Amino acid sequence: MHVMEGFLPTPWWQIWFAISIPVIAFGIYKMNKLVSEKREILPLLAVAGAFIFVLSSLKLPSVTGSCSHPTGTGVAAIIFGPAISAVLGTIVLLYQALFLAHGGLTTLGANVFSMGIVGPVVAYLVYKAGMKAKLNFFLVVFLAATLGDWATYVVTSVELALAFPDPTGGFVASFGRFATVFAVTQVPLAIMEGAVTALLFKYVINVKSDILVELKVVEESVVRKLRGISA
Amino acid sequence: MSRKLELIVLAIVLVFTVQFLYMSSTTDAEYGGADGEAEGVIEEITGGTYEPIADPIWEPPSGEIESLLFGLQAAIGAGIIGYFLGYYRAKNLYESGAAYKGKSRDSETHS
Repeated sequence: MHVMEGFLPTPWWQIWFAISIPVIAFGIYKMNKLVSEKREILPLLAVAGAFIFVLSSLKLPSVTGSCSHPTGTGVAAIIFGPAISAVLGTIVLLYQALFLAHGGLTTLGANVFSMGIVGPVVAYLVYKAGMKAKLNFFLVVFLAATLGDWATYVVTSVELALAFPDPTGGFVASFGRFATVFAVTQVPLAIMEGAVTALLFKYVINVKSDILVELKVVEESVVRKLRGISA
Repeated sequence: MSRKLELIVLAIVLVFTVQFLYMSSTTDAEYGGADGEAEGVIEEITGGTYEPIADPIWEPPSGEIESLLFGLQAAIGAGIIGYFLGYYRAKNLYESGAAYKGKSRDSETHS
């Protein structure tokens, strides 16, 4: 989902930076506040960040005959919200831009916007809506992570289509072509990401549900029900 | 502990694995990166006139080095996840005193 280094002309790369930087700044502020208030969340924050590290390093083959990778931002988005996810996503994107020539520094703003901001926002909203509708917890996590991952790739297509509109068909034609590359390839990978994310949540609930309750991620009653079933 | 979720995830992974094995043996798909494909689309749309405005400051000199760094990334992440989940699990065991009875609270009943 990375827009490669140099592949966004002026003014687009500046625009995406302008949008992303305030969110990252807010995320850093929120993260510092949370950590100073509740030091015990640090390990969980590390796990959420590490999950992004693992999943975004796995380039998986897809039905379209090309490879792409999941984003792994669902865990962070659900537990800590989109702003902090943006910070964690930025760390991973920087690693890949600097050491792997994957993505880039000029396109970092655009990549943070798609992977660090829109994906987590979608995941977060889907999660909240699903929990409100009282669906099965793991199903909600699955849907949130899957749709968040997929949204990231749709946004990447939008970013590229805006910067490179088709000479005849304009933005729409161009979006269709980029979406074929990104969004379609991503469907099976998004499903896998959702499944793995649900699994990680099962383990976190098993060993450390009190923090999730404290952060108001899940209600006590949900935890009790889940443990009643799975414990 | 129920293993239902693990089985579902395993089934999903298996479906994709089988699909991949079938696809890769019956078609000549290249399995290149989607990022690179997007580059191709950009070239087609602009008629090959687009010049990237910047180049990566450093590129892995070979595919092997790239794999190494991707592997390193995954290893760092997996290590952190494993460490903390194990830390919490052991902490719970000791705090509940169950460890001394040689039986964990959410003991493996494989039901």
